[in-house]
Amino acid sequence: MSDTAHAAHDHHDHHDHRPTGWKRWAYSTNHKDIGTMYLAISLLAAIIGGAASMAIRAELAQPGIQLIEDAHFYNVLVTAHGFIMVFFVVMPALIGGFGNWFIPLMIGTPDMAFPRMNNISFWLLAAALVLLVMSTFVAGGSGDGAGTGWTVYPPLSNADFSAGPAVDFGILALHLAGASSILGAINFITTIINMRAPGMTFHKMPLFIWAMLVTAFLLLLAIPVLAGALTMLLTDRNFGTAFFSPEGGGDPIFWQHLFWFFGHPEVYIMVIPAFGVVSQVVSTFSKKPIFGYLGMAYAMAAIGVVGFVVWAHHMFTVGFNVETRAYFVLATMVIAVPTGVKIFSWLATMWGGSIEFKTPMLYALGFIFLFVVGGVTGITLANAGVDMAFHDTYFVVAHFHYVLSIATIYGIYCGMFYWLGKMSGRQYNETLGQIQFWVTFVGINVLFFPQHFLGMAGMPRRIPDYPDAYAGWNMVSSIGAAISLVGALLFIYILISTIRSGKKAEANPWGAGATTLEWTVDSPAPFHTHEEAPDVPDDAVHQPAE
Amino acid sequence: MTAKLNKATVRRGRQNKRLGLTATSLFAVAFGMVGLAYASEPLYKLFCEITGYGGTTQVADASEPPAAIVDQYVTVEFDANVNRNLAWSFKPVQRSIKVKIGERALAFYEATNISDKPIVGTATFNVTPYRVATHFDKIDCFCFTEQVLRPGETMQMPVTFFVDPGMVKDDHAKNTKVITLSYTFFQSDDQSAAEKVTAADPATKHIEEARAPVRPKG
Repeated sequence: MSDTAHAAHDHHDHHDHRPTGWKRWAYSTNHKDIGTMYLAISLLAAIIGGAASMAIRAELAQPGIQLIEDAHFYNVLVTAHGFIMVFFVVMPALIGGFGNWFIPLMIGTPDMAFPRMNNISFWLLAAALVLLVMSTFVAGGSGDGAGTGWTVYPPLSNADFSAGPAVDFGILALHLAGASSILGAINFITTIINMRAPGMTFHKMPLFIWAMLVTAFLLLLAIPVLAGALTMLLTDRNFGTAFFSPEGGGDPIFWQHLFWFFGHPEVYIMVIPAFGVVSQVVSTFSKKPIFGYLGMAYAMAAIGVVGFVVWAHHMFTVGFNVETRAYFVLATMVIAVPTGVKIFSWLATMWGGSIEFKTPMLYALGFIFLFVVGGVTGITLANAGVDMAFHDTYFVVAHFHYVLSIATIYGIYCGMFYWLGKMSGRQYNETLGQIQFWVTFVGINVLFFPQHFLGMAGMPRRIPDYPDAYAGWNMVSSIGAAISLVGALLFIYILISTIRSGKKAEANPWGAGATTLEWTVDSPAPFHTHEEAPDVPDDAVHQPAE
Repeated sequence: MTAKLNKATVRRGRQNKRLGLTATSLFAVAFGMVGLAYASEPLYKLFCEITGYGGTTQVADASEPPAAIVDQYVTVEFDANVNRNLAWSFKPVQRSIKVKIGERALAFYEATNISDKPIVGTATFNVTPYRVATHFDKIDCFCFTEQVLRPGETMQMPVTFFVDPGMVKDDHAKNTKVITLSYTFFQSDDQSAAEKVTAADPATKHIEEARAPVRPKG
């Protein structure tokens, strides 16, 4: 075991011994403190990324140009919104935050395999966020900041069309965020493979652990491809290589292949951890073991594997021949099968259960609903012929926001309400939590559902202005954004008031349904936990006794 | 007590080794994936050449015996584009020609340097529809090498090609009546040839070299 876990053991007698003040955080090798820092950076980034999206929706509320007169600045907002939400909000919260907090607690081990590497992972991410924010203040083409969109397609992102260091700053930010993710993934996999409590076999791990394991493998295989592609773009821009420029024998389409070979698994990297959270919550609040445990675990693995061979469905318009399109249509639709296994197993878990509609359960149900809506439009878009018409319209925007923005944000809200008592030692106010759920649920659906209509009517994405014909639903969508903002602010209020003055949380506030090991330790979870490997009771896993 | 402690130390040592081994293999996987990203560049090129992906044409050797000529005509249209960074004008001499499948044909493009300094240009090319790319063979083409134009110089650029008779046996391609051959000229990243021209005698020896009458068919 690592130095810290070892040291922790030596200090068994004086339990409170730990660094204090800023050193506790800056030098932290404690999985709980690092998890908390990940959640904090995610909240900070969510405020920045959320402000960008509110600015976008405010501009789009009416036709014509009202607020954002500089079109390049609009592009910078769109780009920053995408990067920040993907790499600095969803991933840090679900993977760095919940993963660090609950992997050791749920598998019954004192800490991560490599606590110092865990510290580096976090601070690399913090440095990446600083670089990304800096990029908006340096020259990047026709104004300050990178205006390439999160997909960074050349030729727009090359030295001709995005002159200046902004895109380079963005590339380096992603390099650091990628290094952070790869180190984190290696830590997670090593921990889960080697450090489970005696008796917890792979087939007895909670589904959240399965989700984190699959996610970590996806990170390990996908992020290095992004790193390679970004390095090629960096050398194309600065050192005269020509990977993506035809004048030197390269091909801009090559970037799209590399980017989406990373980009498609990336969407599962964001959503599979949410699958894990929702599985724990559905089982807990139905007071039943999860239905079809093995099917659920292997469905996630299958989604992960198939996710690597469908990337070109993001590129149907580049001119593939009909056989290639047929393959990518088919492979994409195949993903609906393991996804269906998950949806129906969640429903079957609830079936006949003694369901309690507490806030986490509402969020889990909300997640399932939103993921089904986004999944169905995903099947629609998987058809190459349909995609030709809908490519780069608001229909695509609506689709991917349903699955990987609001569904994953629901996964985050769900996990926060489920585990806040365990993390902070204080329980949120149930009434406020439920109000927050309903406000958010109404808000995001009013926000994103009309975007399907706009897309089907042909409204293109990433453009700050539109013809009057699109005015109605854009206004509705912007009103939805305002309602969602109220929900988000209410969440921040609940978070602060719970931590400051919530009522004390019990070790297990959820009762008989909560069977995993994190509920066997006190709330808040002590600084050091599971120093002696815990017993793994039969019902500690979501699997019916055989 | 000591024995117990030693046992624990041994166990911890074993686990450390196991953790190190797992982490090392995972690092190897990550570096391997970066390697694969770079390896995909030559693989991608090779893939395009083999499959005619994106309209990548085939290259045939002039010494090969001519293919059997099929009594079926296709129209080959010529398209020309210039990247905005290159101060050349570039256009096909003939808009289209009609050839028999299997028959060798010669066509010309014409490029003029409209700047006041010598420039090296290089052209990318493809054919549409993509499904005929594997049946479109170039024997010789100006696009195989870089081209240098002096200020104000105009050059005729030949391309010799034939449509492979295999096309009539390909279910996807056999009904094609019109093939468009397209070129885009870019300013080459390597301008060293332009400097040589500036230094050398400003004769125009290579302009007339390959000029031959175009024989439109049909």
